[in-house]
Amino acid sequence: MLAIISVFFILKSLNNNILYFKSPTDIKLDQDIISQKKIRVGGMVKQSSLKINSKEIRFIITDLKNEIRVSYTGTVPNLFSEGKGVVAEGELVDKNFFIADRILAKHDENYMPPELKDIMKKNAK
Amino acid sequence: MLSSIGSSLLFINILLGITIILFSLQNLNDGKNLINKKIYHICVFQNTLIIICFFTLVSAFIFSDFSLITVYQNSHSLKPIFYKITGTWGNHEGSLLLWVIILTIFSFFFLLYNKDHPKKYRIYTLIIQNILIIGFLLFLLFSSNPFSIISPTPKEGLGLNPILQDPALAIHPPLLYIGFVGSSIYFSAAIASLLTGYSGKLFALSIKNWVLISWSFQTLGILTGSIWAYYELGWGGFWFWDPVENASLLPWFAMTALIHSLIVLEKRNLFYFWTIILCLLTFILSVTGTFLVRSGILNSVHTFANDPARGLNILIFLTLMILFSVLLLFKKFKSNNYNLNSNSKETFILVNNWFMMFYLITVLLGTVYPIFTEVLNNSKISVGPPFYNSVIIPILILFLFFMSIGPQAKWIKNQFNNLKLLAIILTGGIIINFLIIYFFKSHNILSSFIIISSLFLIISSLKDTIELIENKNFNFARVISHIAFGFLILSIGLNYNFSLEKDFNLKLGETQKFKSYLIKFESLQLKDFKNYKAVIGEFKISNSQNNSELFLNPEIRIYENPSTLTYEASIRSGLLKDYYITMSNIDRSDYYNIKFQKKPFMIWIWISVIFISLGGFLRVFKNASKNY
Repeated sequence: MLAIISVFFILKSLNNNILYFKSPTDIKLDQDIISQKKIRVGGMVKQSSLKINSKEIRFIITDLKNEIRVSYTGTVPNLFSEGKGVVAEGELVDKNFFIADRILAKHDENYMPPELKDIMKKNAK
Repeated sequence: MLSSIGSSLLFINILLGITIILFSLQNLNDGKNLINKKIYHICVFQNTLIIICFFTLVSAFIFSDFSLITVYQNSHSLKPIFYKITGTWGNHEGSLLLWVIILTIFSFFFLLYNKDHPKKYRIYTLIIQNILIIGFLLFLLFSSNPFSIISPTPKEGLGLNPILQDPALAIHPPLLYIGFVGSSIYFSAAIASLLTGYSGKLFALSIKNWVLISWSFQTLGILTGSIWAYYELGWGGFWFWDPVENASLLPWFAMTALIHSLIVLEKRNLFYFWTIILCLLTFILSVTGTFLVRSGILNSVHTFANDPARGLNILIFLTLMILFSVLLLFKKFKSNNYNLNSNSKETFILVNNWFMMFYLITVLLGTVYPIFTEVLNNSKISVGPPFYNSVIIPILILFLFFMSIGPQAKWIKNQFNNLKLLAIILTGGIIINFLIIYFFKSHNILSSFIIISSLFLIISSLKDTIELIENKNFNFARVISHIAFGFLILSIGLNYNFSLEKDFNLKLGETQKFKSYLIKFESLQLKDFKNYKAVIGEFKISNSQNNSELFLNPEIRIYENPSTLTYEASIRSGLLKDYYITMSNIDRSDYYNIKFQKKPFMIWIWISVIFISLGGFLRVFKNASKNY
């Protein structure tokens, strides 16, 4: 009995704390996406979109169909650069603007998150 | 040449495993009470060959024999000799060979050191263990042979991933594997116990030390991985709930539960089937962890490059293992009624096990949940630290309170005659907590509870220690581990609550102000090292509060083979706090991204974990000196 209650409690809290992975196109199409708290956005850093000042880094994530502007403060992984894949974690301000608080590290230049691979493949066609 | 030596040694080892099983089966029915000497001899031979096999691979790495795919993919002739050697287990194939070696050695030592136990039980354990050895050897030989050759032979290797070229990570896999694979021996012993009906106190005694050894090594293995992530990955913390970290934590919970339930089995002959379940669970979780990490099923930020076929093979092996052990368990299971007094040591230990299971289920669900949602409704999600923090931390407070009063409880029937003292200790904890809040001038209710409950644990365990000294009973293993656990949680609480962190972008010569700190980017220089170039920054951190100054030198390293950039954090560790800076260049612009952190009591987190595992080692020595 106690076990069932605790599993229920764990699952409930799991549901409150998951991060959904979205592409810029998902964000455009999803009607009530703003109400979600934290999400991950994945795609490619658009060429010549990167702007840096002392407080933040701004860039555009594109999935080759739609794009979204991102503002980020924090460490960038070593393989972060224009034209490369990126996954950013944070909150949406509106459908075109995303404030990231984490950019996921990748250790291998050939590594592409599985989520991203599918999307990029689909849109490149 | 080395390739054919290695491959044939692996093959001979499979034959030896089969021979041991056949001899053992024959030996079972010879009516004598002793195990045939021949079996010992074959085991010695088996151990010698697998160790030679390992050194064959090590020498292939030392002499850079790039005709082996594994060496070609993970080594380079210009690499320092130390990392050539540690590169042997820094990859999938080599680490699996290490896995098999530990299986083999543990199997032999278990046979050697359990002479007081019945022959039938020891022989069955040996047979099961050799089935595991053969299984992993087959897997090694057919889907991840470290001795596979590549032709034509490449002139130069691809190099070891620079982030793996690190002392902490050199010893991390062996330590963790002794924990992971060490649990195989009580998996085998548990099955042998079910098959032969050898149960109760004597069974507990036969596996006790093995559980303690694997648990202590597992603890150290997790620690080295965590320290590595702290300074090498530049994440600036000690735990990130990354799937790979979770995979190492799951068997740890099961082992911790097992250590405790074994005490009850030994002293009171209770919880036999529960202990068996924990034995089986620990090894199954260890293999599952490896499977999840290696197959690439879990989307972790630090996985080896992966191959689905390997994952599938481990999955088949794992399924067989689970099916067999569950069937056997159901067949042999007898429900036995025991009366537990709700206020007794037995109950408190059972409560410990409930908590461990709760943590285990939480971490397991959090880790595998994304796989299910992906399969069920194709939505891609990830589970982050907020989930674990919100579930684990509140329960931890309760756990610490039980951990404080549990160990003093008496067997069978306990009475609390020291409630007054406990109240005094609790009040002491609360007062210290307020002093901490006053000193740091910031607070948060949840972490106050954490601090109070961990202080409660530390003080009541200390009181326990004093009683132990008075009783002339110098077994400190338990109190050392428990006090260290209290300190671990206390340090984590303080660290979590009072850390300062700031991210900003600076150009050379610029200064950033943050609270009472001024961080100046003073200079930048380029240096050549043997196998990498380094861009070294110099940062002056001045604190206006006490007019102190310190210099930190984070690096960006540029490795040639393979060409990779890594960021080396610069850390000034102190007894009270760590200062931590990482520097990264943003897409070749003039700006450098700086992460500055002040992390109080960081070093105490590492020290506490060392002491937790020390408790385990001490108990092993104590048991060993008692028996021989």
